[in-house]
Amino acid sequence: MALQSVPIQVRVGNDEQRARILRRFRIGDRTFNILTQASAIAVLVILAGVMISLVIGSLPAWRAFGFDFFTSQSWNPVTEKFGALPAIYGTIVTSFIAMLIGVPVSLGIAIFLTEICPEHLRRTIGIAIELLAGIPSIIYGIWGLFVFAPFFQAHLQPFLIDAFANVPVFNQLFAGPPYGIGLLTAGLILAIMVLPFITSITREVFETVPPVLKEAAYGIGCTRWEVMRRVVIPYTRVGIVGGVMLGLGRALGETMAVTFVIGNAHRIMPRSWRREPRSRPPSPTSSPRLPAISTLPRWSRLASSCSSSPSSFSL
Amino acid sequence: MAAAFANARYSRRRRGNLIATALSIGAALFGLTWLALILIVLVVKGVGGLSPSVFTEMTPPPGGAGGLLNPIVGSLILTVLAVLFGAPLGILAGTYMAEYGRYSKLTMVVRFINDILLSAPSIVVGLFVYEIMVARMGHFSAWAGAVSLAILVIPVVVRTTEDMLLLVPNTLREASAALGVPQWLVIRDVAYRAARAGITTGVLLAVARITGETAPLLFTALNNQFFSWNLNAPMASLPVVIFQFALSPYADWQQLAWTGALLITATVLGLSILARMLASKRVLT
Repeated sequence: MALQSVPIQVRVGNDEQRARILRRFRIGDRTFNILTQASAIAVLVILAGVMISLVIGSLPAWRAFGFDFFTSQSWNPVTEKFGALPAIYGTIVTSFIAMLIGVPVSLGIAIFLTEICPEHLRRTIGIAIELLAGIPSIIYGIWGLFVFAPFFQAHLQPFLIDAFANVPVFNQLFAGPPYGIGLLTAGLILAIMVLPFITSITREVFETVPPVLKEAAYGIGCTRWEVMRRVVIPYTRVGIVGGVMLGLGRALGETMAVTFVIGNAHRIMPRSWRREPRSRPPSPTSSPRLPAISTLPRWSRLASSCSSSPSSFSL
Repeated sequence: MAAAFANARYSRRRRGNLIATALSIGAALFGLTWLALILIVLVVKGVGGLSPSVFTEMTPPPGGAGGLLNPIVGSLILTVLAVLFGAPLGILAGTYMAEYGRYSKLTMVVRFINDILLSAPSIVVGLFVYEIMVARMGHFSAWAGAVSLAILVIPVVVRTTEDMLLLVPNTLREASAALGVPQWLVIRDVAYRAARAGITTGVLLAVARITGETAPLLFTALNNQFFSWNLNAPMASLPVVIFQFALSPYADWQQLAWTGALLITATVLGLSILARMLASKRVLT
């Protein structure tokens, strides 16, 4: 029944009906407003809760060990003396290796995608690189352990040992028997995991460069590389650093992939980046079986004070 | 004219350009090769163990025959619960940020905090839920696992909901407001409907994200060797079982781990592609 065929007195209704409907609208508005505002505040509360629980949870460890927690290497459940130095060392070194390899490669991929890649391939290759970000970290871990580490052990590590045998500083870093797992493997896998994040942000900021700037540079005869190096990268420096920070945050907090390939030996070996220190978001299981429940609360206390630091970095 | 291109400086510049181009192409090939390697190995090693028993039998003891029924069902339960807890909260928060509080201080703060939560390491979230739920309750449970996954779902959903709602043209809202529709009905009937595909994309992306998450579940839902519907007890989940089986020395367990990894990756990639297809249709609807 069309609205126009209804007589106007029925269409408009009387004052009481209108007041009722308007009241329903008003109550609905207020309720929805409060509901959405509460949800927004809940997001804040969750993050605040995470930070506070980390601090409170790690207090017993602080009280028991003080600053020694960051400088001691022991991890002795029997005497209850714990120190996080090997874990911190492992985290820093693997993240450093990941950045060392990942940042130039990401920049290269971003330059390729924005300048060199033919138009019709751009979208496909961009999506492929972003798929790397979607692969869960445990897949990287199991792939790293069963495919990458043996290949590394059989081919790459002997090559590296031989190549650096006579170089003064590096032969200390690449000495010893090739295990396949270790800091270098973990760093390489982290580099692959971190690639898509830095690449996507770098691509975005590269696209914000005003075409006029690039055209002016091309106009005076600059080669493509000179345009990138002298015009685009200085213009987008801040954005690239932001992307690198994001990648670094991910590398520092990554647990599962590193757990598989780093070896989880709780000591710093003075030689060799191919050895096996443990990385900081520690594996709560140093054996394939999950630990007995009575030890888990203690692990979590210690793990809390370990975790306060990577999360405060990414913050 | 030719003389201008004959000197040493120009050839040096050209050479530098050529090297840089080659390195860039090399970098792209590097990234793509790893992707191809990982996917190929996953398929080759995982397909070998794929059979109906994977979906119908429980996880076996080492040396026995079995499947991945309890982790698959457990993961499904945890994912559904996590989305049930996290998606409404996230959508409502995103709605506030885009509609009621678009220019308010609270929105700026929440946006910033949300981005921090988005990149928080998942093991930290697991520890948080351990402190507030598992330690208090005295035992591990699927509820705790679902809550930790929900905390990972929320930032993704908030971000995409806010972005999608901000994309809805204001003229639509103004037109319906001009007809006398109150703001909450404008949001519900106009803004949500216009951003429907985008918000669904956000939820799908969040599900893709939590599908592979292991670390938070290690502290909250733990693992369960047997099939269980009990939400108040430890529950098996695919990522944790893969973790356990892959690090074991038993070949049949490792085979199940590869099959599980293939299932997870197929799910995640499928969801990502689905989300992308939905997102590209949004312009038409």
